[in-house]
Amino acid sequence: MTIVNAVLQGIFLGAFYAVLACGLSLMFGVMRIINLAHGDLAVLGAYVIFVIVEHTGASAFVAFAVALPVMIVLGYVLQAIVLERSLKAGILTPLLATFGLSIVIQNLLQLGFSPDVHSLGGSAGSVTTASWQVTSGLSVSALGLLVLVVAVIVFGGLQLFLSKTRVGWMMRATAEDADAAELVGIDSHAVYARATAIAVGIAALGGLFLGIRSVFDPVSGPTQLIFAFEAVVIGGMGSLWGTLVGGIALGVAQTLGAQIHPQLAVMAGHLLFLAVLIVRFGGGRLLLRSMG
Amino acid sequence: MTLLRVTDLDCRYGLLQAVRGVSLEIAEGETVALIGANGAGKTTLLRALAGAHRPHAGRVEFDGADITRTPPHGRVGLGIALVPEGRRLFPGLTVEENLRVAAAGRRGRWKVQSVLEVFPLLQPRRHMPAANLSGGEQQAVAIGRALMSNPRLLLLDEVSLGLAPVVVDAVYRSLGDVIKEGATVLLVEQDLTRALKVAGRVICMLEGRVVLEGEAASLDRDRVVRAYFGLRRPA
Amino acid sequence: MKVERWTRTSKLFTGGSGGLVILLACVPLIFEPDVVQKLTTLLILVLLAVMWNALAGYGGLLSVGQQAFIGIGAYGTVFFSGLGISPYPAMLLATLLAGAVSLPISLFALRLRAAQFAIGMWVIAEVISIIIRLDQNLGAGTGISLTQLNQYEPNFRQAYTFWLALAFTVVFLAALFLLLRSPLGASLQAIRDDEDAARSLGVRVAARKRLLFVLAGLGCGAAGVLIVANTLFIEPGSIFSVQWSAYMIFMVLVGGLGTFEGPILGAILLFAIQTTFTQGGPWYLVGLGATAALFALVLPRGVWGTVEERLGLRLMPVGYRVVEKKRDA
Repeated sequence: MTIVNAVLQGIFLGAFYAVLACGLSLMFGVMRIINLAHGDLAVLGAYVIFVIVEHTGASAFVAFAVALPVMIVLGYVLQAIVLERSLKAGILTPLLATFGLSIVIQNLLQLGFSPDVHSLGGSAGSVTTASWQVTSGLSVSALGLLVLVVAVIVFGGLQLFLSKTRVGWMMRATAEDADAAELVGIDSHAVYARATAIAVGIAALGGLFLGIRSVFDPVSGPTQLIFAFEAVVIGGMGSLWGTLVGGIALGVAQTLGAQIHPQLAVMAGHLLFLAVLIVRFGGGRLLLRSMG
Repeated sequence: MTLLRVTDLDCRYGLLQAVRGVSLEIAEGETVALIGANGAGKTTLLRALAGAHRPHAGRVEFDGADITRTPPHGRVGLGIALVPEGRRLFPGLTVEENLRVAAAGRRGRWKVQSVLEVFPLLQPRRHMPAANLSGGEQQAVAIGRALMSNPRLLLLDEVSLGLAPVVVDAVYRSLGDVIKEGATVLLVEQDLTRALKVAGRVICMLEGRVVLEGEAASLDRDRVVRAYFGLRRPA
Repeated sequence: MKVERWTRTSKLFTGGSGGLVILLACVPLIFEPDVVQKLTTLLILVLLAVMWNALAGYGGLLSVGQQAFIGIGAYGTVFFSGLGISPYPAMLLATLLAGAVSLPISLFALRLRAAQFAIGMWVIAEVISIIIRLDQNLGAGTGISLTQLNQYEPNFRQAYTFWLALAFTVVFLAALFLLLRSPLGASLQAIRDDEDAARSLGVRVAARKRLLFVLAGLGCGAAGVLIVANTLFIEPGSIFSVQWSAYMIFMVLVGGLGTFEGPILGAILLFAIQTTFTQGGPWYLVGLGATAALFALVLPRGVWGTVEERLGLRLMPVGYRVVEKKRDA
């Protein structure tokens, strides 16, 4: 039963990782870049929500609704001043520029909020504590379920947006051939800006869940980035539903790893990620060579 | 009335100069064929007109306005559409999505329905991903996609490349309909006979320069061939 | 036209740097131990910057996980010393260990490109860090001291460590220098300019990159060795910190990615900044991050690359230059 429970908790945890990874996956799909500041943007979102909660006493969910437009605008600005320039300059530049940005965000948060940990758990209402005991060894937490449902809605909504709306087609067209998209009248920079804005908005949602589920501090970002990137890679880069599956696989690997030893939780996720990379990138050939 | 005016246009790829000091004018309603051997600079010129290649020097005016610095999507909004070399469809989008994604701003006669009427072969393929189409069908989508923006100037780059002759005939028949609608067309064509037949005027390029220009009816074929290959008339 | 490699400046400078090494070697004989310790730190930074540049600037491999090898070097020193090996030989063994570990990692890491390589390396560093944390004998998460170095009197210890740092720096700089000047250097250049084209011309891209990767593994391992020898205490949280990658990226980007001299200049700059803003703190790191991002976006060739481009100046003869031959010559 503990294994079943571990898998169930892993699915809930993985849904959280999938939300974190969603924007990263979208930006990679549309712009072919990985934003190394993605985790820090999620943490920044958590801090924005935290500030709103502190000043108004509102619930974390209401505060998120207020923070969301702020983060979306931030996404546009990020695209305009950092990514736009880096896109033209080869594959290493976006990584270098966003890595620099990541350090800037972490340390600005240190300056603004001290290195102490914060949490949004207290302002999220009863959802943080409610749970249903299914059997003696199996419990379903309201928060876990909420995150899972929201994750499915976010991924489903994004999928619908991409397949059913004209703006979504523009995004797919630009992703497939930006040059040709320009030639049929699509402003690729506007598309990139929209994709970045959506990605940062969803990152803020990830920040909300991070803050409610546990605690965060100014340097929580890199860890979130690694988990998000692992989810994207495990699910297959460039596939949106794959990212949801990848996130859940990562979550399950971590909770199963924790069954063996608490310190092996993160390790199990890393090993799954590395195994997927090895299998996908010519690992087969490597195996053959070592056998023959 | 002059729709497009190009003045002293220079285009470069690094040290390679693909277009050298080209000047030309195209009047509204004209059909002009741009001919020349491989590497004469035709595709680069067309891409520069569409905004996909940033010229090194010179000026492009459209309907009296300087558009030299206007990005490609902005030119589509003004009424310039390019059917690029190699078609460049969006393979993951369906035929209909390929068409509708290109319906930017400009209103006019061309809608998904009217494009499908001109290219009836696309009707049954409407909801199929563009990647699954045959060459001729893909070319039809590429032209239809350009029409969706209701262009005033349609630029066509080698629409017959890689297609069976029967298919080329069908494509040109449909193009005839488009031209009758009053569109201004600048087309690159390797097939001299076809170019002289469809176009009112011919511009011949050689090594990046315009070497011959004239009414299709008044040019004798021999002169065109000499210009095409850069042969000098024996003294 | 003729092709030349040595300019007068580069002859002068290469000779001069030989003299500089001899001068530096005399430092512990003249200066106080705290100066020696600071200069050791500078040499560590130079080593790190040059090794990161070898990967990114010459191999096109952007790693955010070189701290893996720094950590292996540092913990390897503690481990081998713990086995009863005398500290300085233990340091050499630990450096070799980092190089040895880099070989199997390269087998699969080099198949990855861009972000996958960058974050893949980061995850590998995290995995190694977790393994260290699980080992009580290495102090687990709380860290461990290199007590064996206390057998030396502090002044001597500091001098030995400095000489080791100087030796490592010279060896690794020379190794990279010779590598770039060998026929391999030209193929590396080709890979950096266009990997696919180089491959189609028959350049053994994977083998060339592996060479750089192992060199960088050894070099970062050596830096890790020097860090523990210089500070005598390490803990996994800081030795495996991604901050090292941040420093390396800063030094190389500001100095000049893909230039031989740039990273050295970048290291001197970072060292100067660190000694000026001794209290460190967030503002200093905000500045580092912003500067690195700015250089990546606005001045991708860095200070040295830009100087080289504008003035045609070249101190170390790693490349070739085409010179117009005088008509009457």
